[in-house]
Amino acid sequence: METLITILTGVLVTVATYFILSSNVQKVILGSAILSHAAHLLIMTMGSGLKNGRIPVLTDETGSFVDALPQALILTSIVISFAVTAILLVVAYRTYRATGLDNFYDWRGYKDE
Amino acid sequence: MFTVNLAIMIPFLAAALVPLFRKRTLRIHIGWFVFLVPAALFVYLLSYIPSVSSGETFVHTIKWIPSFDINFTTYLDGLSLIFALLITGIGALVTIYSIYYLSSNENLKHFYAYLLLFMGAMLGVVFSDNMMVMYVFWELTSVSSFLLIAFWYHRKRSREGAQKSLLITVSGGFGILAGFLMLYAITGTMSIREVIHTVSVSSEHALFVPAMFLILLGAFTKSAQFPFHIWLPSAMEAPTPVSAYLHSATMVKAGIFLVARFTPVFGGEALWLYTVTSIGLITLFWGSFNAIRQTDLKALLAYSTISQLGMIMSMFGLGSAALQNGASSQSVFYTQAAFAAVFHLINHSTFKGALFMVVGIIDHELGTRDIRRLGGLASLMPITFTIATIGSFSMAGLPPFNGFLSKEMFFTSVLRILEFDATWQTWVNVIPYIAWIASVLTFVYCLLFVVKTFFGEYKEEKLEHPAHEAPYGMLFSPSILAVLVVLIFFFPNVLGEHLITPAMASVFPTIAGQADLGVHISQWHGFNTELFMTIGVVVAGIVLYLTLPYWKKVYQLFPEKWSFNQLYSNILEQTEKRSKAITNSYMTAYLQDYMTYIYLFFILAVGGLLISSGSYIIDIKQNNPISAFEWIIAISMMIAAISILFSKSRLTAILVNSFLGYGVAIFFVIFRAPDLALTQTVVETVTTVLFLAAYYFLPDWKKEKEHRRSKGLQMAISIAVGTIFTITALAVQNGKLFDSISSYYENSYELAGGKNIVNAILGDFRAFDTMLEVVVLLIAGIGIYAIINLKDRKGDAHIEDK
Repeated sequence: METLITILTGVLVTVATYFILSSNVQKVILGSAILSHAAHLLIMTMGSGLKNGRIPVLTDETGSFVDALPQALILTSIVISFAVTAILLVVAYRTYRATGLDNFYDWRGYKDE
Repeated sequence: MFTVNLAIMIPFLAAALVPLFRKRTLRIHIGWFVFLVPAALFVYLLSYIPSVSSGETFVHTIKWIPSFDINFTTYLDGLSLIFALLITGIGALVTIYSIYYLSSNENLKHFYAYLLLFMGAMLGVVFSDNMMVMYVFWELTSVSSFLLIAFWYHRKRSREGAQKSLLITVSGGFGILAGFLMLYAITGTMSIREVIHTVSVSSEHALFVPAMFLILLGAFTKSAQFPFHIWLPSAMEAPTPVSAYLHSATMVKAGIFLVARFTPVFGGEALWLYTVTSIGLITLFWGSFNAIRQTDLKALLAYSTISQLGMIMSMFGLGSAALQNGASSQSVFYTQAAFAAVFHLINHSTFKGALFMVVGIIDHELGTRDIRRLGGLASLMPITFTIATIGSFSMAGLPPFNGFLSKEMFFTSVLRILEFDATWQTWVNVIPYIAWIASVLTFVYCLLFVVKTFFGEYKEEKLEHPAHEAPYGMLFSPSILAVLVVLIFFFPNVLGEHLITPAMASVFPTIAGQADLGVHISQWHGFNTELFMTIGVVVAGIVLYLTLPYWKKVYQLFPEKWSFNQLYSNILEQTEKRSKAITNSYMTAYLQDYMTYIYLFFILAVGGLLISSGSYIIDIKQNNPISAFEWIIAISMMIAAISILFSKSRLTAILVNSFLGYGVAIFFVIFRAPDLALTQTVVETVTTVLFLAAYYFLPDWKKEKEHRRSKGLQMAISIAVGTIFTITALAVQNGKLFDSISSYYENSYELAGGKNIVNAILGDFRAFDTMLEVVVLLIAGIGIYAIINLKDRKGDAHIEDK
């Protein structure tokens, strides 16, 4: 299970890297969004085994819990990466409105740079 | 208790206080307040003379970084006391002089803050016993010198001169740092006194000679020794009080101080004797030779300073002959050279300080210091003329001025070295001739200085202001120095017994116990070789002076384009050009390129480490079983991810991205993480909406033009990054280095009163972190609102409206 998920994150990272290396600003932002999916799954696999135990909520039942620490970290990460994506999109929108250009090649050397 | 440590800090404190003075509310020139600092310190240091002359030394330590053996230790002995008295004494006189020299329209706060900074740094250099502390002060003198040279920073030449001096002296400073670290590696102590004690053991070490040369490099650059002398003439762009203070009396002598301080350590090395003596003599000759060709009075004095510094340097070199064959009572014969060096160092500060101030007066009152425009000032500026004559004749080595005494002693020491049983006998035999020729040239430029300026035809039409005597305030400081020049001639032994002899004990600690290092200075010692040499200097000098127009062509043999100055500017220019070309070649201003560098570094560093350490072991035995349902999700996500790469339309890409997001959410459910699944679902929905909004406002993807970088490389980098990422992640999973801390949080009900462990971590254990995360969200929200509602600037194109 862990290996499968890790390979999945590897595929996601490859796709994200390809987009980040592109010159279109929308593709770069999309790439960063995909990258955060990969990161979340990766953090999950770093815990002490996937699916080993119960939901980490204390009840009367006995038995071990799954690792709660990665979950807490991912929860933080989801929210932050959402904020980053939102900011990037708005900056791209604003820059486009000001320059009429949407890729990094044309932005270079723009007179207001 | 008032210690030397405090005395070093006072100028720094005063420098910090200077900006607090308000120009408007004070009628008095700030300089008068600044004057109190060096004057008070001078008087304070004078009180040490009786105890120091009886052989006492004072050590005081303030702990700084004891674990690295770095402590603020001051060491007051004869040598440091002489330098400290010069720093504070000349400092006080220069401050008075500057009050009249600089008008209150100038930026006086900067000037005096820099000057005090220098004073403190210089005191720190001479009093420091700890090598690291000394190095810090050493560099501080370079920095303050830079600031003072560039005081008139609107002038291009000032800036260039400041840059040149900083580059040269600081590179020498790095040499010192390396040398000090080597000494520390050899001896295991940062204290100079302890280094001196262990010298008999450490001189066998392989790093000993490299350390010696590195420290000498620092000393030579600071003291403007050949071929590093070029910064000193350029530094003459500084205001004249600065030239008189830093660039003739004190800072340029720091290198000489360093040589004197480290003579007990390295003096026994034959290389030390030859290097210091030879560089000193070459500088002595080259400086005096070049001084004659100068037409700017200040440049003439700059070259003469170089020459005189070389002379003092060479005398310290000659003095180290005493340590060559083991210290014995016979060695005293050679120590006389070092005695003469210290004596001349004091004399030079007096007469050269006076001469610089004279040039400052001429420049200030007449508006020029070009030797070709001056002349006939003797009757118009009688006091200035007198001071200039006393200073120049002392420099030329004539009686009844102090320069005569030290010049004679210089001749004595170059004659005594002939008796030294040297390895390079021929070179030693040449020394007296070089010394004599350089002295003749010195005599010529001294004559030039006086005659061209004060005699001959008075050319008022070439001056900016008609000639008149300077105000008394300006004449005060040079007059004091001129009086000292004469007084030292008549009472040299007061200085010799009370200051120079204790200093000699610091330079030759091994000999001091066995013999008396003091030298009785006498004005008249019969018709000996030294006297005939001086008479020869005067005769030859006058002849050369009179025939100057005939032999001046000699200087054309040294054209400007072959000079060290030209070499320096070429190096500087080439370095700037090359580094700019290199930087421009990779700083392309394309995000793609920068990301490529980052990814390539990742591939090489992490991938290289994986291969070289062989840590790519992958073990799937401990994995949990995978159900069919999970297979389906994982594989469909992989296919979806790859399909984005080939999607032609934006809408497809955005929707597939949200498919990935929901896939992640499903995995969160499988992994027993309900909170994450809920959050992920909500956030993914909102993100998709955001992307779709951007879809509405931003243009469609055009087919990417084939820019510089091929798709193939882009693909190759992506695949390499993905592969290395996967392998690293798998290797990390299989090699846990320490136990997880997660079980601690499972006690969340007792510790935090929460039954949901994830929530307890976020809301209690890491509550502060969560709060800041909320702040990040808030900032992002405000930022988005601001960016969208920002008013377009005038002239911005409204793309959507078109």
